[in-house]
Amino acid sequence: MGGPLCHVKPSTGRTRRECCRRIVKRLLLAATIVIALASISLLIGVGDLSLQALFSPQEGQYATQVLLISRIPRTLALILAGTAMAVAGTIMQMLTRNRFVEPSTAGTVESASLGLLIVTLFAPEAPVIVKMLVAGGFALAGTALFLRILKLVPLRSVLTVPLVGIMLGGVIGAITTFFAYRFDLLQSLNAWTTGDFSGVLRGRYELLWIAFALTLLAYLAADRLTLAGMGRDFATNLGLRYRSVVSFGLIIVAMVTATIVVTVGMLPFLGLIVPNVVSLMMGDNMRRSLPWVALLGAGLVLACDIIGRVAYYPYEIPIGTIMGIIGSGLFLFLLLKGRERLA
Amino acid sequence: MIEISNVSKSYGDTIVVREVSLQIPRRGVTSIIGPNGAGKSTLLSMISRLAPMTAGTVKVDGLDVTRTPSDVLAKRLSILRQDNRVGSRLTVRDLVEFGRYPYSKGRLTPEDRAQADKAIRFLDLQAYSDRFLDELSGGQRQRAYVAMVLCQDTDYVLFDEPLNNLDMKHAVGMMKLLRQAADTLGKTIVLVLHDINFASCYSDYIVAMRDGAVVRHGPPDVIMTSEAIRDVYDMDVEIQEIQGRRISIYYT
Amino acid sequence: MREQRQTIPVLLILTALAVGVIVLFMTLGAKGRWDFVLPFRGAKVLSMVLVAHAIAVSTVLFQTVSHNRILTPSIMGFDALYVLIQTSLIFAVGSAAVTDFDPRLLFAGEVALMVAFSSLLYRWLFSGNSRSLHLLILVGIVFGVLFRSLSGFMQRIIDPNEFVLLQDRLFANFNSVDSNLLAVSTATILAVSVVAWRFMHAYDVLALGRDPSINLGVNHNRVVTIVLMMVAILVSVSTALVGPVTFFGLLVANLAYQLAGTHKHRVVLPVAVLLAVICLVGGQLILERIFAFDTALSIVIEFVGGIVFLALLIRGAAR
Repeated sequence: MGGPLCHVKPSTGRTRRECCRRIVKRLLLAATIVIALASISLLIGVGDLSLQALFSPQEGQYATQVLLISRIPRTLALILAGTAMAVAGTIMQMLTRNRFVEPSTAGTVESASLGLLIVTLFAPEAPVIVKMLVAGGFALAGTALFLRILKLVPLRSVLTVPLVGIMLGGVIGAITTFFAYRFDLLQSLNAWTTGDFSGVLRGRYELLWIAFALTLLAYLAADRLTLAGMGRDFATNLGLRYRSVVSFGLIIVAMVTATIVVTVGMLPFLGLIVPNVVSLMMGDNMRRSLPWVALLGAGLVLACDIIGRVAYYPYEIPIGTIMGIIGSGLFLFLLLKGRERLA
Repeated sequence: MIEISNVSKSYGDTIVVREVSLQIPRRGVTSIIGPNGAGKSTLLSMISRLAPMTAGTVKVDGLDVTRTPSDVLAKRLSILRQDNRVGSRLTVRDLVEFGRYPYSKGRLTPEDRAQADKAIRFLDLQAYSDRFLDELSGGQRQRAYVAMVLCQDTDYVLFDEPLNNLDMKHAVGMMKLLRQAADTLGKTIVLVLHDINFASCYSDYIVAMRDGAVVRHGPPDVIMTSEAIRDVYDMDVEIQEIQGRRISIYYT
Repeated sequence: MREQRQTIPVLLILTALAVGVIVLFMTLGAKGRWDFVLPFRGAKVLSMVLVAHAIAVSTVLFQTVSHNRILTPSIMGFDALYVLIQTSLIFAVGSAAVTDFDPRLLFAGEVALMVAFSSLLYRWLFSGNSRSLHLLILVGIVFGVLFRSLSGFMQRIIDPNEFVLLQDRLFANFNSVDSNLLAVSTATILAVSVVAWRFMHAYDVLALGRDPSINLGVNHNRVVTIVLMMVAILVSVSTALVGPVTFFGLLVANLAYQLAGTHKHRVVLPVAVLLAVICLVGGQLILERIFAFDTALSIVIEFVGGIVFLALLIRGAAR
């Protein structure tokens, strides 16, 4: 196993086998850390959920219920959302060939919120899946608009691209805020735009499995996406149907974003930092880097959520705020220190 | 006279200019030549107080450039660096009139306007004076900037690679003009040049730098020898006298 | 005098429009006694004029020292920084101490902190010659997110009662302007304007860039520091009065460059201020009296400003 995960550096003189083993070992280590974080995430909370409690005859039933209804869904939601968002960011960066793009710097999130707002206004009784599909449609349209505007901008520098995205997001966000304000939906809007896992219970997060399935799909198409990321001419030269691969990638990104916005709210910067860190670590071959992106995404979200839950115990600080602090700090570091690599 | 004594500049551990001492005489054209990274532009920036120096002093007519108020110095010495780009949309005349700022602080007198006219005429820009800078060709724009520093009417005028981006014809035109400014207006012109043949043909004095230090200086016929050029550029070059001028043949 | 022929009518028309809008705002649809309506609306108009002045002047000057036309103090996170300072203050000393304090002194302290922090931060950002404009903008935006998240964090762990107080201070709007604050703000803005006026001649030169302005004898370092300090003060005042408004400055500054038809700050600055007054008072008038909304103006400004920004990028203005 591990063939595609491996890359042999001829200069180091290691054999392919050794190299594979090292990489698998590191991945296993990373996975262990994520599992450890997940266990911590299961154990903290207001309800007593120590192992004794779980196995003691008096409290056992209550503890098991807390575990099944609240804790496990929450931890699963964190892992699923973190993984999906990080992968969505990677795909967007591949397709726009720009390291600073992710769903929240490309107007995708704001478009999804607008879609969600419109469904909520016109069909408040619609099932969640319909809401998600409509939000996904808007997200797709918004992202396509973003790519359209990019084509119009002359002198595209690496940093104009996210700038256009952020501004487009601002405009779409203003429209959304306007209608939300008019129809007294500002509070719901706030919930969609700032990630918060405190409301996750059994029966309210399962949609995230769709996002997870989409990321698996992306993994299967990783080679094509990598090729498409090298540019239209390059991809066409290698016989790739460029347009359809790009559309496929965009649909996955839009749907993942919509799912996350509908279920837990936006996780800013996640799709930006994780792919950049992974890319610094191991380059841009997606088939090799995606497992790392997924693990790191899940790990970061779990860690931020744990911090948010213990920082001001027993109250909770929404994960969006914690990610905003940690994420923007890391991003600034990347921008100002590592920019030779990034630009 | 510009007196440079023991001037050094370093960024962290890298020394860009090391203990340069030099006197640039009044009047005439002085060219600074040398390979890339020799510290020519940095030296010019320090002379004109655009960049602070790590050690040493520069005096212009006895005025220490780091201590003299900037607006006093602006009436003695002007500098034009390369890659000039202005954010606001200015016409050629607007730009040239800025040259009078040290005197007028933005309130132009008739005399200021006359000076601006003179500079525009000197660079043959009358036809473009109401055009915006971004509508001009590279050569015309460069001339507009030169007109601005000449309009500043200082005794010393410093140029950092004024021939950059100019074609053959415009480069020769620019050098003739600078020579003329030195001869008829009595200016002291200091240039950083890459093409040593231009330096040879148009300067009174050449300063050759390498690795942050001045390795040779003197009139063109002293600097334009195979031996001196080898010292500066680490390259064997044949020097020939063509029509009374020393020309280096370095293309092959 | 080609430019004067163009600018004097522009200035006259804009002044007339601004006065007209203000008069309409004061009188239109007034019910009840004038001696109640006029002071009430007068305070509102005054606060709007102050905000318009502060935002227009700070944006134009900031764009002059940073040599570009798409950066504004709010895009660079200035107002988020002010919110952060306010939040930290309440977080550190508690609301009881804050309410005991003389609000004028408190405001002065906040502004001083703001000036200190912002000049440190932005001097550092602008000091490197090699930093590209786009990098700066992105860094500024991310700093904004960082400041907002930090404020959000502190607001979360603050005592709920203190949060209410903070919210009152942060989200003041034109309908509930504190008269104390109004007096302090007016005095501050007048003082800053006097200083700004004294450097008027240097701004045109500063716009040429660092090297050319040093060549022309401007003490670049000193003037840029002073300008950044003035910008920090003006942003503090406007944020204290109405809270953050991201795109308004961008909108009026760029409209002013178009309308003024000259690069001279002597013209551009008044045009920008007048435009800001017209947009703010006029916009509020239309929204309030015609559509009967109350605080949606900032959303409309955000929308239009974002589109202007994109249009500028598409036209290649962000060189």
